[in-house]
Amino acid sequence: MTNEILLEMKNISKSFPGVKALDNVSLKVRRGSVHALMGENGAGKSTLMKCLFGIYSKDTGKILLDGKEVSFKNPKEALESGVAMVHQELNQALKRNVMDNIWLGRYPRSFGFVTSEKRMYKDTKKIFDELDIKVDPRTLMSKMSVADRQMVEIAKAVSYHSKIIVLDEPTSSLTEQEVEHLFSIINMLRDRGCGIIYISHKMEEILRISDDITVMRDGAHIVTEPAKNFTMDRIIKLMVGRELGARFPENDAKIGEVVLEVRGLSSRHNAVDDVSFKVRRGEIVGLAGLAGAGRTEVIENIFGISERKAGKIFLHGREVKNRNAREAIKNGFALLTEERRSTGIFGILDLRENTTVSSLRKYRGLLGLISEGKRRKDTSWAMETMRVKAPSQRTKIRALSGGNQQKVILGRWLLTEPEVLMLDEPTRGIDVGAKFEIYKLIVELAKKGKAVIMVSGELPELLGVCNRICVMSGGRLVGEVDAKNTSQEEIMRLAAENA
Amino acid sequence: MTAIRKYREMSRTQRKEWMRELIINNSLYVFLIAAVVVIQFISPNFLSGPSIVNIISLSAANLPIALGIAGAIILTGTDLSAGRIVGLVACVSASLLQASGYPAKMFPNLPTMNFLLVFLIALAIGGIIGLINGFCTAKFNLHPFIVTLSTQLIVYGGLLMYLNIGNNNGQSISGLDPSYTSFITGSFISLGSTPIPNYVWYSLVITAIMWFVWNKTTFGKNMFAVGSNQEAANVSGVNVKRVIVLVFGLAGIMYGITGFIEAARIGSNSAATGLNYELDAIAAAVIGGVSFVGGIGKIRGVILGVVLLRLIFVGLTFLSIDANMQYIIKGLIILVACAIDMRKYLVRK
Repeated sequence: MTNEILLEMKNISKSFPGVKALDNVSLKVRRGSVHALMGENGAGKSTLMKCLFGIYSKDTGKILLDGKEVSFKNPKEALESGVAMVHQELNQALKRNVMDNIWLGRYPRSFGFVTSEKRMYKDTKKIFDELDIKVDPRTLMSKMSVADRQMVEIAKAVSYHSKIIVLDEPTSSLTEQEVEHLFSIINMLRDRGCGIIYISHKMEEILRISDDITVMRDGAHIVTEPAKNFTMDRIIKLMVGRELGARFPENDAKIGEVVLEVRGLSSRHNAVDDVSFKVRRGEIVGLAGLAGAGRTEVIENIFGISERKAGKIFLHGREVKNRNAREAIKNGFALLTEERRSTGIFGILDLRENTTVSSLRKYRGLLGLISEGKRRKDTSWAMETMRVKAPSQRTKIRALSGGNQQKVILGRWLLTEPEVLMLDEPTRGIDVGAKFEIYKLIVELAKKGKAVIMVSGELPELLGVCNRICVMSGGRLVGEVDAKNTSQEEIMRLAAENA
Repeated sequence: MTAIRKYREMSRTQRKEWMRELIINNSLYVFLIAAVVVIQFISPNFLSGPSIVNIISLSAANLPIALGIAGAIILTGTDLSAGRIVGLVACVSASLLQASGYPAKMFPNLPTMNFLLVFLIALAIGGIIGLINGFCTAKFNLHPFIVTLSTQLIVYGGLLMYLNIGNNNGQSISGLDPSYTSFITGSFISLGSTPIPNYVWYSLVITAIMWFVWNKTTFGKNMFAVGSNQEAANVSGVNVKRVIVLVFGLAGIMYGITGFIEAARIGSNSAATGLNYELDAIAAAVIGGVSFVGGIGKIRGVILGVVLLRLIFVGLTFLSIDANMQYIIKGLIILVACAIDMRKYLVRK
């Protein structure tokens, strides 16, 4: 690490109609350093990066790369000048293989027009060996895990001889081992003199990997200091601009009789294998495990959206079939899915449609026509209960932040009056302040007597919110621990030992 | 009033921006008015009773098919079989409703049928083919483009075979029963001295019913949900397959209505009846803001699209523009209208 400045963004401002997204923000990234960029959703991190890549045009300000002023018109120009970005949502051609993706738009050619597969393979292999990535360059992207696909994206950045690499939430879907591998690659790139801009919500990681930390809030630059000057609490305080109390709300819900019992659940097309457990009234049960352990698959199977091979589900001792989502909802089940954007929200529809879609039946009146008045009332009740911040019920849901979208979907499920609430990664991609809100809402629901199952890859969150945690591995239940008397280490051991 | 005060308080650049937004957000109306003004300027007889009624009745005849196809587009689909279904229904309706004394009758021994019964048959034919379209789309997970590409061929083959039964030998079917034609093309209200045909009112009633179906029923809400995000709709408890089948079934019924009206409107029906109607209907729906992205579309937009398209078609003839040139102009207008309208939905960067 040197003190030489590799990238400097000076007094960048950017306005959208009605909002000042960036207000005079400056950022300096040193050669051979990892620079963490932190802030809540909407703080302006992405906007700043988009200005760097020419996806947005900045209103004012200057960008200096290696001391020379640059102004990229599009990401391609940025990439060719050595500025690369690995997006959180990977944009890859899934039907093509690894090397096609890496050399997309600049295939090596022989005779001027024939793409040379051989050279592509050789060059890709070389980069993979350097980075210790064990993937065959001819594998189809769609056949690979998210972690591997992310590595490919990093390799692509390296293949452009990038000086600046931006990583946006790179670890949000990685397991612990995969995170270690990613960090070793980051360290390697740092030693080569790259400047890494690292965007993440995970404090532990940031404090471990970064050299400098910049905190942004509400479109403004708050502070830049060496990472060793920070503690987790200080970062959070700077990010939210106020003192944040406990990270988790107190869970004092009364636990009652068994509501849900699952016996010997096995799925036909994925990993779930002979899973049995019970959930009581007012209880929050966590499902932990490494990626691919079958957590999501279990609750999807209970909800009836994946095919069951064997097993029985009992609600209050009475068997329910849940052959599809409709039946499950009728029986009093609700499922908040993992991928909010692809299976949760109806982006172009407004909040009222999004909130009432699962309970339209309730609003049928004369001739089966839907009563708008009742729908408006229920929507405003749900928005109030879930503390959704939005201009109106007619706002399109895609205009809201991730946290607010999640609250709308929770509200949707409240309107179906479920007894069993299944939550899959309820706080993924949601900022610190909003996370606490979501936890509080979950605990409140438990207090109202719902049986809650929560799947999460973030162990601290499971430990903080759940009563009991079931650990999964390879589609089987391999252990069960009391959330009050366990530790991350114990759960990790259970999850890994049986893998 | 506040709008006027706001306008007064704006600076010049703000006013310019405001005007631009206003024009872009209402581009279709602007387009419509501009077209009328230009055509009227060149050819002063344009805004007269006959041509206005002409535009209205042509729009009314094409409205049901456009509303049907719009549903398919909202599901991110399309329907290539619409025109052929219209043709089949028109020929079947006409053949069952030929006047009893007409010499070249297709079924000479057929007694005079009640046209309302034939209307129900027309709805049934359209509806059943539509349900088949929907069933294949939902059951086999095929894109409706493929499904309806196939069914339009099948329907066309069936139509050609139908035209060969009885005494017909593939001739076009005319000589319709007066009770039927007067029910459709008769009139009880005139604009100036030009009578407005009855089917305009039928079309309005159908449109009103469709508005309720789209906006006030569970089915309509579910249609938009499935079009917006099929996976999320499934998880939210929407019976996705049933919605798809019903949307195409309803579209088929709309084509049935169009065919039933069309038979009496043209009077002489052949295998060419309904040819390419689906393309005009798709163009009208898309001009009216029904988006292939899915989940976006309004009845109001479809009406506007149909009227705009017809206005241009009639206007071009009015300006006595060369028939070959008309195609080129129509193509360009559809392209430009959609491009301008699309700007509304783009996320500004």
